[in-house]
Amino acid sequence: MADFTRRQLLAAGSAAAVLGLGGVRPAFSQASVDFAGKTVEWWMPFSEGGGSDVWARFFAPYLSKYLPGNPNVVVRNVPGGGSITGSNEFVARARPDGLAILGTSGSTQFPFLLGDPRVRYDYAKLIPVLVSPTGGVCYLPAKFGVKTPAELNKIKDQDLVYGSQGATSLDLVPMLAFRLLGLKVRHVFGMQGRGDGRLAFERGEATIDYQTSSAYLTNVTPLVEAGTAAPMFSWGVLDAQGNVARDPTFPDLPHFVEAYEMMHGKKPSGIEYDAYLAFFGSGFAAQKPCMLPEGTSDDIVATYRKAFADAVADPELQKAKGDVLGDYTQAVGSDIEQLYKVATTIKPEARDWVRNFLNTEYQVKL
Amino acid sequence: MIDVFVTSLQNLLTLHHLSYMMIGVAIGLVVGILPALGGIAGMSLLLPFVYGMEPTAAIAMMVGLLAVIPTSDTFSCILMGIPGSSASQATVLDGFPLARKGEAARALSASFSASMIGGLFGALCLTAIVIVARPLILSFTSAELFMLAIFGLSMVGVLSGSSLAKGVAACALGLAFGAIGTAPANGGERMTFDSLYLMSGLEITIIGLGIFALPEVLDLLRGQTSISSTGKLGQGWLTGVRDTWREKWLTLRCATIGACVGLMPGLGGSVSDWISYGHTVQSAKDKSQFGKGDIRGVIGPEAANNSCAGGNLIPTLLFGIPGSGSMAIFLAAMILIGLQPGPGMADPKRDLDLTYTVVWTLALANVVGTAACIALSPSIARLTTIRFVLFAPFMILIIVFGAFQSTRSFEDILALLVIALTGIFLKRFGWPRPAFLIGFVLAGQVETYFYQAVQFYGYGFPLRPIAVAIALITIASLWFTSRSRQAPKEETVPGGITTDIDFEREEDETAAAKNLWPQVIFTAVTFGFFIFTIAEGAQNSFLDAVFPVSVGIVGLLTAAFVLFWQVRGATGRGPAGTVNFDLDDGASSGSLWRFVGWLVGFVIAIGLLGFTLALVGFFLTFLKVVAKSSWLQASVLTAAAVGLVLVLTSILNMNLPGGLLQHYFYSQLVWPLR
Repeated sequence: MADFTRRQLLAAGSAAAVLGLGGVRPAFSQASVDFAGKTVEWWMPFSEGGGSDVWARFFAPYLSKYLPGNPNVVVRNVPGGGSITGSNEFVARARPDGLAILGTSGSTQFPFLLGDPRVRYDYAKLIPVLVSPTGGVCYLPAKFGVKTPAELNKIKDQDLVYGSQGATSLDLVPMLAFRLLGLKVRHVFGMQGRGDGRLAFERGEATIDYQTSSAYLTNVTPLVEAGTAAPMFSWGVLDAQGNVARDPTFPDLPHFVEAYEMMHGKKPSGIEYDAYLAFFGSGFAAQKPCMLPEGTSDDIVATYRKAFADAVADPELQKAKGDVLGDYTQAVGSDIEQLYKVATTIKPEARDWVRNFLNTEYQVKL
Repeated sequence: MIDVFVTSLQNLLTLHHLSYMMIGVAIGLVVGILPALGGIAGMSLLLPFVYGMEPTAAIAMMVGLLAVIPTSDTFSCILMGIPGSSASQATVLDGFPLARKGEAARALSASFSASMIGGLFGALCLTAIVIVARPLILSFTSAELFMLAIFGLSMVGVLSGSSLAKGVAACALGLAFGAIGTAPANGGERMTFDSLYLMSGLEITIIGLGIFALPEVLDLLRGQTSISSTGKLGQGWLTGVRDTWREKWLTLRCATIGACVGLMPGLGGSVSDWISYGHTVQSAKDKSQFGKGDIRGVIGPEAANNSCAGGNLIPTLLFGIPGSGSMAIFLAAMILIGLQPGPGMADPKRDLDLTYTVVWTLALANVVGTAACIALSPSIARLTTIRFVLFAPFMILIIVFGAFQSTRSFEDILALLVIALTGIFLKRFGWPRPAFLIGFVLAGQVETYFYQAVQFYGYGFPLRPIAVAIALITIASLWFTSRSRQAPKEETVPGGITTDIDFEREEDETAAAKNLWPQVIFTAVTFGFFIFTIAEGAQNSFLDAVFPVSVGIVGLLTAAFVLFWQVRGATGRGPAGTVNFDLDDGASSGSLWRFVGWLVGFVIAIGLLGFTLALVGFFLTFLKVVAKSSWLQASVLTAAAVGLVLVLTSILNMNLPGGLLQHYFYSQLVWPLR
């Protein structure tokens, strides 16, 4: 009830701002929000040293630089429960004053999309201010003699092995992709990270693998040069209209949808493809959203969106981004809503299909 | 190749590089000395500063820190019985009894010199091995790693003390505790009671603190005036160094174990720690003093954990796969400063010089760190002569705070309480706690690698050549163990501090109880827990059920065996033999439960009022009631404790655990209270 009143007040406040100041409102909103001397806590539901933690820590100094008043931006790790714990705590605790933001990853989005009953956060209510995409490349042992996805039919009856982190982890995306392509892949679970999967591939235990872009460049490119591995396709990225497009890091490599067409001669479609697309968007194309709590005033939201837009445009950030952000376009400003929606929504029938698939094929109880 | 060495040496020996290394060493010393803050906390402290630093400076700083932590965390192991990190739990077993005998000085200097030799030897091995490390690591597949885990489990035979059945049961208990959480194969949840907290399993830190540290603290509280029973530090600095020199081959063997285990991604520091302790006990002729303060029990694991930290660097640098929690942060920091680890790190034409710089920085930092530790020891060791009732609340605070570091939730503290109760009973009834720890540490590896090996290679996986070799080593090791178990016992020095590694057999009457019913009840509860493990495990899909059900059955059988003999003894139908063990039977020094009550009270207060207020209340009442301090002394000590906690939390940027007060009035409270 108190919350509702506060929201009403805030709405009334911003409405008043619009009425009173008309066209100069953006300038007003910038000036009215000042974080001088404050500390912004960037909640991180993962432990120190993970990919998302690195991402937040990379952005933190730039966010501080471009927020009015240059607040101190600190990353606060609240790990546990596969990132559900920290995110639940954020929505229960964080006040909409612009001093607490939440950064999540595909592994936080997946349980939400799958309808895990322990999830108490609702992405539809959080307000995105930055969305960072990522990508990856799927590759095979060169000995199969498959040079392009068009030749994948050669191995469609062969038993392939993939080292997976688990059926409901980010490796759900390759699982759905391989199934869609019609490849016979056995998923060996219990890998501690994609690095383990690559190790299994190098040992010859696994016969199909993918790595995220930076790990692919440093660790798989030498294998490709040595003639032991052959790249097949990238996952691709989503353009502003929400279509799958080629990964800017690998412009010469077909993306998954192209690979499907090369193999099957037609575009993928149907409920399985809908499901794939939802999890691909959430796990790759819009993997890491940064959000403000429900009920944050429009002023603060606009301030944050501008700060992130300025940060991304900063030549210093562009110079330093290296492997942390890769060559991917960071969604900021007005581009954000479309990508955020892709990352955080799924058609109900696609969700039911995935839940049923995981339950019957892998005994996952949700 | 030579030019690579030269370039690395030039990098290493610049003032710039050395001064950053010294900063890392200094922070590592502080973090290591503060109990329960290990490498992960230290690296997280550095992480915000690393960003934007010049790469070689950042690396020098981080490696300096990583090198010194396994050395400096020995202080809390030996002086307080609190494992400084998960990779130094075994040091507590003999190090703490040595401190209680008044030989803290000797134990510290022996362990520091062993650490240094271990670290240097590790660096030497790594220098030689870097070039071939990639194929070497690749040749150890899930099948070989599973066999290594089994080898680790076989150490239970050595560490079981008087009753092998209890040893195996304790190990099964550890394995069952390790099975709590999400299963590796199909992701089924086992024994989680639908709680998010248990979903990711119990943390090794909490297990170490609960099983070793808290039972010792509570035990010390009844009666002991200071940790050192003689109230003295002992004059033993040179003796300790001489001890290490006498055991130089043991030191080198354990350093080799550490480097090898560290090299394998996926095994980790605690595994190397326990395997090297097992090896130390196994290779000793006179085993009677282990667990009661045998200097070799300190030297072995300390040599291993330093070289293991070095070994860990290799998979991190060459494959980008972190070998431990602190390595994960090291890896993250490398990516932040624009270095992506990979095969290029072993390529003489690319970054091999950087790898050598890292390895040698590690060696150099080891030497510097050891020197600093030795210099600091005399003053720090004085802690053991402080009146214990004044010191105990600090230890309890540190243990609780350390446990809370795991996931930073109140559940960490509840888990600590449950584990500590388990630890108290294991200790009291002579269930070997090292066996429990080995089981817990290896549970994940045994299950995951078994499942993966079967998936990759079928059930014939143990026939792979390296796997066969490891199997033969395991069998040889078991054979030696069984021979030494039958060897005649030597007379032991009476009055030794009895802990669970008790190699006495039937003739040991001191711990054999007249009233066996308490033991019977504990064994029956354990029996019940194994039934629960089987029942909970069996609800999952086949792949997720195999491990808990098998462990449960082994535990059930051994517990039944123990129970049979104990009931026999309790009902007077015959002697209970080696399974009869109760440290508390007829104890005269007051009850332990009074102090357990204090601990429970503290935890309840945290749950109601949040950490800061509970801390103030606990300190003031404990110091007034138990230590009978003056108000002045009590308030000064309380202020010191609160100050310590607040400084640490603000540096580590974390919130303290909240209670119901925080839950309902979060918005109205300000920082230290919320």
